[in-house]
Amino acid sequence: MLTAVIVTVSVTALLLSAWCGYAAYRDSPTKDWHFGGMAVVTLVALLQLVISVVQLARGERPEQGLAVFLAYLIGAACTIPAAAFMSLAERTRWGSAIVAAGGIILAVLELRLDQIWGNGHG
Amino acid sequence: MADRTPQHPAPAPPAAPEGRDDREGVPAAARPQAGKIGTGPGRLLLWLYGIFTVAALSRSIVQISTKFHHAPLAYVLSLVAGVLYAVILTALVKGGESARRLALVCCSLELLGVLTVGTLTVVDSSAFPDATVWSYYGAGYILLPVVLPVTGLIWLRRAAQPAADGTPAESKAA
Repeated sequence: MLTAVIVTVSVTALLLSAWCGYAAYRDSPTKDWHFGGMAVVTLVALLQLVISVVQLARGERPEQGLAVFLAYLIGAACTIPAAAFMSLAERTRWGSAIVAAGGIILAVLELRLDQIWGNGHG
Repeated sequence: MADRTPQHPAPAPPAAPEGRDDREGVPAAARPQAGKIGTGPGRLLLWLYGIFTVAALSRSIVQISTKFHHAPLAYVLSLVAGVLYAVILTALVKGGESARRLALVCCSLELLGVLTVGTLTVVDSSAFPDATVWSYYGAGYILLPVVLPVTGLIWLRRAAQPAADGTPAESKAA
C-alpha cells in the first residue's frame, strides 16, 4: 500500500518538475495551471501522510527508525507548498525553476522514505 | 475621490533619500544591485540552501542526540555543514554588501569542506564510519552539496559587479 503511494508521489513530482522545468526553459513564470499541478502533488503527499499514520497506528514500524521516518514524511508533505510560495514571490523563470527543483527534491525524499520503511526487505 | 487624481505617470518615487540611481538612462533590470542577492537566480539558490539547512541540521541533531559515540566526527561535520548552510541562507535573505561577503566566505568554506571530505571518503572509505552530507562529494544528495557552493560563488561574484553585462538580478517580467 505504502509502496504504491510512494511511487505515485514520485511520478507526479517528477512530472511537475519536468513541466515547470520546461516553463523555466521558456522563460516563463509559474501560471495558474502550474499551481493546479502543485496542488495535485501536495494532495497526494498529504494522502501519503494519512496512509502512513494509519499504518503506524496499526502497529507497523519503519525499519530505520520512527523519528527519521516521520521527519521525512513531514518534509515530503511540506516541500511542494514551500516551493509554491517561493515561486509566488519570484514571478520570473526562476520561480518555475524553484518548483522544478522542488519536484526533484520530493522524488529523492520519496526514495529515502522507501528505504527507511524497508520495503525492499519485506 | 475627485480632488486627488490617482494617476501616477512616472513610476519613480519622487524623493529618494540616498538616491544615486534615479537616472532614466540606465535600465534598472540590467543592474544587479549588490544588495539583491536573494532574487532571480539567487532565489533558486535561497530555496536550495533552505532545504539543505533543514536537511543537514535535522539529520545531525537526530544523529548527535541518538548515537553520538558511533561516529562523533561525522556527526559534528554534518552539524558544521548545517550551520554553514544556515548562515548562507540568512545572508541571502538579508541581502546587502556585508551579507554578500559573509556568504562568499561561507560558500568558500563549504566548497573546501565538501572537497576535503569527498576526497577523504573516496580515498579511504573507512575514514568516516557513518556518512555525512559531504561524503562522496554529496552523492547521496544528488551531488548538490558540491554544485551549490560553486554556483553560489559564481552568483555572489556576479552580484558584486554593478551594471555588468546581462546579469539581470532583478525581475524583468514584473
